[in-house]
Parts: sequence; C-alpha cells; structure tokens
Amino acid sequence: MISLNLGITQSKNKPLVVVAELDDVARIYKMGDTEVRALDGVSVKFSSSEYWSIMGASGSGKSTLLNILGCIDTPTSGAYRVEGKDTKSLDDDSLSDLRGSSIGFIFQSFNLIPQLNVLENILVPTFYRNEESELSIARAEELARRVGLEERLLHRPTELSGGQQQRVAIARALMNDPQIILADEATGNLDSHTTEEILELFSELHDEGKTILLVTHELDVGKRAQNILTLRDGKIESITEGNG
Amino acid sequence: MLSSPFSRSVRLGVKSLFLHKLRSLLTTFGVLFGVSSVISMLAIGEGASEEAQEQIRQLGSQNVILRSLKPEEDPTSSQTTSATKYGLTWPDFERVAGTFPGVEGVVPIRNFTQEVRFEDKVLSNAMTMGTTAEYQDVTGRILHRGRFLGPIDDIKRNNVCVVGYEVARYFFPGREPLGQTIKIGPEYFEVIGVILPRVPIGASATSNAASVTVEIFIPIQTGISWFGSMNVKMNSGSRNIEMVDLHEVIASVKNAETVAQVAAASRTMLAREHPQNDYEVIVPLELLARAEETKRIFNIVLGCIASISLLVGGIGIMNVMLATVNERTREIGIRRALGAKRHHIMMQFLVETVVLSVGGGILGIGLGVLVPYLVEHYADMRTIVTLQAPFLAFGISVTIGLVFGLYPAWQAANLDPVEALRHE
Ligand SMILES: Nc1ncnc2c1ncn2[C@@H]1O[C@H](COP(=O)(O)OP(=O)(O)O)[C@@H](O)[C@H]1O
Ligand SMILES: [Mg+2]
Repeated sequence: MISLNLGITQSKNKPLVVVAELDDVARIYKMGDTEVRALDGVSVKFSSSEYWSIMGASGSGKSTLLNILGCIDTPTSGAYRVEGKDTKSLDDDSLSDLRGSSIGFIFQSFNLIPQLNVLENILVPTFYRNEESELSIARAEELARRVGLEERLLHRPTELSGGQQQRVAIARALMNDPQIILADEATGNLDSHTTEEILELFSELHDEGKTILLVTHELDVGKRAQNILTLRDGKIESITEGNG
Repeated sequence: MLSSPFSRSVRLGVKSLFLHKLRSLLTTFGVLFGVSSVISMLAIGEGASEEAQEQIRQLGSQNVILRSLKPEEDPTSSQTTSATKYGLTWPDFERVAGTFPGVEGVVPIRNFTQEVRFEDKVLSNAMTMGTTAEYQDVTGRILHRGRFLGPIDDIKRNNVCVVGYEVARYFFPGREPLGQTIKIGPEYFEVIGVILPRVPIGASATSNAASVTVEIFIPIQTGISWFGSMNVKMNSGSRNIEMVDLHEVIASVKNAETVAQVAAASRTMLAREHPQNDYEVIVPLELLARAEETKRIFNIVLGCIASISLLVGGIGIMNVMLATVNERTREIGIRRALGAKRHHIMMQFLVETVVLSVGGGILGIGLGVLVPYLVEHYADMRTIVTLQAPFLAFGISVTIGLVFGLYPAWQAANLDPVEALRHE
C-alpha cells in the first residue's frame, strides 16, 4: 500500500512557529501622478496551525495582502518572510518553488482549468514538481474522496456545481501538502448551505494543523476564525479574537 | 495515464488544440502547403534527374545521335500507296566518320521490319537492327553469352544475329540459344550471341510475344543485301513504303568537352544537306542539362511556394498562439500561483505550437506524397519520394513551431501572475 500523508499526523497542540511574517510592508501602485497605497505599513505574524480571517471593506487591501503572502506579488517596501526566508532574496523560480511547496491558493471564482478534468485539475500542482506520478494520482484520488468528489474524477469543471468546483480547488490546494492555505473570498460565490460545507472543511484542515488565512467581508464567515484582522485603507485597523 | 512531463505536455497540448478544432485545422494549412511543396519539389526534381541519368546510361554520355525523322505528311496526297524517301544517307555517315574532329567511332544503324520466327513462335513486325561491330563499344552494351557482330560478318555478309535477352528467353526457354537458327523474313540467321537488356528487367520468363522487348542485331550489309532499302509498312489498309538509308548514326566522341562541338558540326552539316528537316540530333549530355534546368526551375518555383507558405503558416500559427495566450491568461495565472515557473509556461505553449505545426507537417506529408503521384500519373513525369523527405518535413515543421512559437510562449511566461489572475 502507498502511505499517504494528508497532514493528519500534525497536531494542533504543537508549539507555535511563525510561518509568515510581514514587517512594515507597503504595496504602492503608481497611476500617473497619483499613488494608491494598497498596503501601508502592515506588520503581522502568522504562526503554524492558526486560523485567521482577514476582513475589511472593498478596496481595503485584503487581496493585495493575500497576494503578497502567497508570493505572487512583492512588497514595494518592507520585508516579508515566509518559512524563515526573506522573499526579497528569492528569484522568480525560487518563489515559484515556494508557492508550489508551501502555499495552497483558493480563489473566489474557483479558477479551475476548464480543459482539464477533476483529477487532472487536482494534479496540476504536481506538474511543476518532480514527483512520482503514480503516488500523485493515488493522493489526488484520496483528496477527491475527502472532498466528496470521488465519483466525479473524470468530469470537466463546467459539469460541476459551484460548491463542487470549490471543493476541487481545495483538493488541488492540498495536493502538495502546503503549510499555508490562502483563501480569497472562497465562499463569496456560494450559497449559505455550501458556504457552511466549505467552512466545515477549513475547520477540519485547521484541526489538522494547517495555517489558514481566509479573506472575507462577511462577518459570519470571519467569526469562524481564531483571529480576525481588519484592514482599512491598507492599514491594520484591528486584530480581534474570533470564535474559532 | 500521466507518464513523463513531456508526453503529458504533448497530450494536454493536443487536448487544448482539439478544443478549437476548426481553428487549429485552418492554422495548420500554411505549414501543410509548405511541407507538401517541399516534398513534391524534391520528388519531382529527384525523378527528373533520375530519368535523365537513365537516359544517359542508355544513350551514352559521350555520344551524339543522329536520327532519321519522317517529314510531315503532305495532306493533299491522299493515295493509299505512298513511297517516301527521307532520312540520313550513307554520305552523311561518311561525313561524320571522316571529317568531324574528335569523333572516335561512328555506327550506322538500319532497321528492317520483318517477321521473326523460331519453330512455331512468331514475332510479327519485329524490328531487326542492322549495324556494325562498333555498336557494342559505342553504346556500352553487355553481352550475356556468345559474341557480338564482328567486322568480318559485315564484310562477308554473314547470316548471323545477336538477340536480346528477352528474345532468347521467349524463343529458347531452357535451351542453349547459341547455334540456333531463327528466320528473319524469308532468310535464316544463326544466333551467335545474347545481349543483356539496357535496363535490368524482372526475372519472370515471358511466353507472351507482345510483352517481349524485341532486340535483334544483324550485320548491316547482310541486311541491306537481303531486304534492300525499302520498308513496307501496312497501316490500317494503306501501304506505306519508306525508303531510308540509315535510321540512326551514333557518333562516339573522345571526351565530354568535344560533345558540344560534334553536336554543332552535325547540326550544321545536316541543316545544309537536309533542307526537308527529316532528322533530329540527340545529345544525351544536353538532355542532362535540360533535366537539370527543369529541376532547377521546379526547385525555384516550389521553393518559393514552400517558403511563402511556411512563412505565412508560421505567422498564422504565431497569431493563433498569441490569441490563445490571451484567451488563457487566467489559466497561466492559476498555473503560476500553483507553482509553475516561467519555463514551465514557456514549455507548455511551445509544445502546443510545435504540436500544431507538426500536425500541419504530417498532413503536408500526405499531400506531398499525393502530388508527385498525380504528377506521375497525369503529367507523365517520373517522381521519386525519397525516404528522407518525411524526416525533412518533420524537421521543418518542428523548426517552424519552435521559431514562431517562441514569442507567444515568451509572452505567456512573462505575464505577471496577479495581473493574469485578474484577467477575465
Ligand atoms: N493593479 C493595480 N493597479 C492599481 N491599483 C490597484 C491594483 N490592484 C489593486 N489596486 C488598488 O489597491 C487597493 C486594494 O485593492 P485590493 O487589495 O484588491 O482590495 P480588496 O481585495 O480589499 O477589495 C484598491 O484601492 C485597488 O484599487
Ligand atoms: Mg479582493
């Protein structure tokens, strides 16, 4: 039998380790003469096995923050360290490696690749790592089972409901067993029942030791986290405790 | 299901191309026509030069051949029996043999149309060739057995003959041909030699007179003394009497450089002596030059078509790939977010472009084989599709894919992930 590490072995009682750390981060967009400070002096530490929600009005910088945390965007000033590495010192390929190994993205609009079936979509993150492919397939099937889609492996994304698509995206995010899960309005396109299912999955992942950073503008959703970070005009307005 | 990253890329590339079947198909047309032009060009050129070389082999590269031609019929004389005297004469032969510098040997040829018979086997209207001993040297023909005509046969007007391999096989299957006596017209001739065919033939013995390549050689003087200088041809009820001294004169020249001089001298001489234009001069070396010219023109024309098609095809492919990259910007962003490096994205689109152009190339190989086949069939030109042609075509299409896929792939690889993810 192939043994699978779905992250179940990790315990949430492990001592906290800082996995991602922002130090006076600013992200500035220049549009002609005007500057948009999407993030402005943000300093915060995220530790392993923490469940955070990031809240704030539209345009407050939530997505920008998440993109920097996910290493697809870089700060204009300030430092971002992830798993102890300063992203400033990393080149494009190393950042790609970091994304592939440590970060799982989940998007509002699911972002599955339309011409690939469910199984292939779940496998995409492995395409860019040199892994044993049979093991990968077994793991992908296991993850599909976990999110309740084992019957849909060969379906195209267009043949699935929104909730199902988002579950495929979650399986895909888990494929490389990353430490950090970044979800940008992951439930924004879902009805309340499906939202509940997805949030249930996040809670499970949190119990298994993942660091979850969930962007939302719905207070109900945000309250499910342990910590709630609220942004306003690119600055941290508050950090409060949630119910998680 | 998923094997090596490369075969996966190819498989996924094919899959995305199949999402837009018509677009992909249309895109490949440029490469298709380009590749098929290249293959046709090579096949036609190869065929033309092969044909020329074979002609040279048959006629001898250092020979100048003078041949009698029947002048155009006078349409006003509609008699059922007509006698025409035309063609090369013995004085022509003497002039070539005696006065042209550089000529080493001259062979006269006179054809006699007679029925040829051995026991109950008959070759009717067979052409018997009267010639001299030098014929064998000048044409480079090889004997299978026995000997060729000798000078003494002509002087003594011996009733001897040399037969072609196929004639021997037809008349004397399983028997020794040498020493047999065949009947040419009313006269009997002893077989003294068997000559090999000019071009190699198949091994199957033939029992069908119509399919036999008739070659029978007799001493020219023997032939003239028996059959005279009149040839009677029965032609759909009308009797044609032709009087021809010599049907052919082959002059063999010392070296290739003097061929042109001898050819020019022959033409001048014949133009003076034969105002009725009842001759032709065949120069195998000129045939070769003409074949090379044909090949060159074909290469230029088809080379232009091929380059233009390939260029247009390549640009078309690039255009479609740019559109594809634009359409799939979001997908590129997703892949980058999931860990794809720039070179992965680059590779993905390059592979897709190469798959597209190789697809066109494979269709092009099909058309490129079909065109020479049709040319051979309808234009009566020999074509040869070499084994290298498909490989060359494959190489060309891969190159086109790589060259014209580079820019779209580079563009895809350098998209900003955040921008790409925001793309609609
Ligand atoms: N590429 C960009 N160019 C210019 N301004 C941008 C760009 N991306 C984001 N912004 C601006 O940065 C601010 C924060 O945006 P974003 O992080 O997307 O907010 P949120 O996700 O909280 O709605 C907004 O004012 C937005 O207009
Ligand atoms: Mg946003």
